[in-house]
Amino acid sequence: MSRQMTGAKMVVQALKDQGVEVVFGYPGGAVLPIYDELFQQNDIRHILVRHEQGAVHMAEGYARSTGKPGVVLVTSGPGATNAVTGLTDALMDSIPIVVLSGQVPTFMIGTDGFQEADTVGITRPCTKHNWLVKDTDRLAETIHQAFHVATKGRPGPVLIDIPKDVQFASGTYVPPKAARTDHYQPRVKGDIEAITRLVELMETAERPIFYTGGGVINSGPAASQLLRELVDATGFPITSTLMGLGAYPASGKHWLGMLGMHGLYEANMAMHDCDLMINLGARFDDRITGRIADFSPHSKKAHVDIDPSSINKVIHVDIPIVGDVGHVIEDILKVWKARGRKVNHEGLARWWAQIEEWKKVNCLSYKPSDKIIKPQYALQRLEALTKDRDRYITTEVGQHQMWAAQFLGFEAPNRWMTSGGLGTMGYGLPASIGVQIAHPEALVINVAGEASWLMNMQEMGTAVQFRAPVKQFILNNERLGMVRQWQQLLHGERYSQSWSEALPDFVKLAEAFGCGGAKVDNPADLDDAIRMMIDYDGPFILDVLVEKHENCFPMIPSGKPHNEMLLGDASTEGAIQAGGAVLV
Amino acid sequence: MSALKIKRGASSHSAYDLRDPHAELNETHTLAVLVDNEAGVLARVIGLFSGRGYNIESLTVAEVDHQGHRSRITIVTRGTPSVIEQIKAQLGRLVPVHDVHDLTVEGPAVERELALFKVVGTGEKRIEALRLAEIFRANVVDSTLQSFVFEITGTPDKIDAFADLMRPLGLTDVARTGVAALSRGA
Repeated sequence: MSRQMTGAKMVVQALKDQGVEVVFGYPGGAVLPIYDELFQQNDIRHILVRHEQGAVHMAEGYARSTGKPGVVLVTSGPGATNAVTGLTDALMDSIPIVVLSGQVPTFMIGTDGFQEADTVGITRPCTKHNWLVKDTDRLAETIHQAFHVATKGRPGPVLIDIPKDVQFASGTYVPPKAARTDHYQPRVKGDIEAITRLVELMETAERPIFYTGGGVINSGPAASQLLRELVDATGFPITSTLMGLGAYPASGKHWLGMLGMHGLYEANMAMHDCDLMINLGARFDDRITGRIADFSPHSKKAHVDIDPSSINKVIHVDIPIVGDVGHVIEDILKVWKARGRKVNHEGLARWWAQIEEWKKVNCLSYKPSDKIIKPQYALQRLEALTKDRDRYITTEVGQHQMWAAQFLGFEAPNRWMTSGGLGTMGYGLPASIGVQIAHPEALVINVAGEASWLMNMQEMGTAVQFRAPVKQFILNNERLGMVRQWQQLLHGERYSQSWSEALPDFVKLAEAFGCGGAKVDNPADLDDAIRMMIDYDGPFILDVLVEKHENCFPMIPSGKPHNEMLLGDASTEGAIQAGGAVLV
Repeated sequence: MSALKIKRGASSHSAYDLRDPHAELNETHTLAVLVDNEAGVLARVIGLFSGRGYNIESLTVAEVDHQGHRSRITIVTRGTPSVIEQIKAQLGRLVPVHDVHDLTVEGPAVERELALFKVVGTGEKRIEALRLAEIFRANVVDSTLQSFVFEITGTPDKIDAFADLMRPLGLTDVARTGVAALSRGA
């Protein structure tokens, strides 16, 4: 059944038919007809943000924590350009986002009209696909296709640019089922011959390891379940990238912790020394591999990825398998069971003995203090006081992000939202709001650094307006901690522009926004402060004054292989005394 | 002394190895890319090449199936074997791309390019240009008493050779279409 309606009404109808419940957006001249339609209905909730970048990060938090696409509505020109960082972030981390942007009327395109920008041109390299709709009759089908492209295959952000006259004009509405989507149908089943070759290697491997990534999370909860079954049945150790945390539980007995530049010693050493590496939905990012030439030199490598362009992009693999991680794990399990559930028990026992030796290094140890709050200690206490709850964690970007990944344990997928690929400071606060909107009753905590947090702090207004009780856990070292760490280690201790002067009083800031706030600087008061934050009925900013010169270890320096990690007590103290006096 | 044993005050250290270690292994490939003829599809393909630092040596594009809204983009590119593979995979995942064929590895193919050459001169040079054009089977598509415009079709090598010969004979302008290519056989 086809129906005539205006383009603006079509947008709202298409969103409803796609099951959209929430739109994050900001009105403006070129989207007024759509806002008018939103005003006249009650099915779709609109979250008014304070800046369009915040809208996209909220949609990302919503998408990562639910598995559903996040939807954003922005106006033309600055509305669209402000969304670019979020789009790029979602592209790098494979997050399904649908952005609808207004555009000047078709007859004004190209005239440098007010608030005109070449939005499809600007967003072409930072979306999975984008469309400029010039005909109202094409609008509904394009929106349905956009949802299809955003969610199928490797997920990603898409954008639909809708000129204002197309919103006003009438056209024929097409329901989702009638929209053509046959052209874009990525392959989900892996090649069974390649899977069998992988299983053969799994049966004899002496030092195997699972290296998992965000692909497992994107594949859906079933993939995480199958992964757990596979790991527990084979007894192989498992490590994960930043993006994949939670797919296998941190309390699982085969868990080695995160790998990579700030990954755990045992995880990186096992990656370096393994003889069979099974990459499930990760992409050999440079933060993972270190020096390519020395990356896991003695292993056979299998790589399961739904995106063919990820395979052999960085690391040449022996067994490439294009397919959805969930489907492929299911087939691996089937073949492995049918062939008699064989593993090399003797080899595995020796391998685990070696791993236990590495664990004894206790790579996350740090020098505790009873006078000043160590950032690691703050996260250990946060973990202790919240781990029994079904909590959601977002982060900003920097040292605090790595410490959060190291010290917080994730038991389930979709509970950890962080900007991995793009490393977007300012991601965490809006993302936490998006998560909270999707899970109104849940405990949602943004682990932040003060510098990152300030980048999108205006969104506290959104949190207060929509009663999203997000908890902002700010590890305040009055520094751009990761920049400072690199300057100390790599740039001769010249701390160029890496400290924060004129920081706001975060407690007064909380008061100004109309939410709760507190400051804590004594380790003895930390637990009470965390409890106050959790128990507060509403959004809360906790300003945790931490050690200013703590470095994040372990660290694989850039351009070094996995087995040349820097560990905790590496001579940081001398460095601080020599160069840091002026800063303290 | 910092943890990396870099002396205080030493110069900065790049995080990455910036050299191309495989520069000498580059090979030339001709790719045929079948795409939906929709707005911006060429920009998408070109943007992919510039954004990821791939080379374009030649590029032609035109609609080949009006009914089916299909265009064929022929790209000649250079890179190491792994870069060529990556280019094909990256092209393949663009939503409007239907097919990517590497004509260089998928069996024999014919490659042709059309070019127009304007040669200005009189006397011996003019006669020599016309004589060479006959040898290369170039057609004269415009002539005045002082000039010829030759039309020549062939492989890029043949057109390069013709250009080299025309240069001392008064070559003033060249227009080349870039390579069009098809696989041989059924």
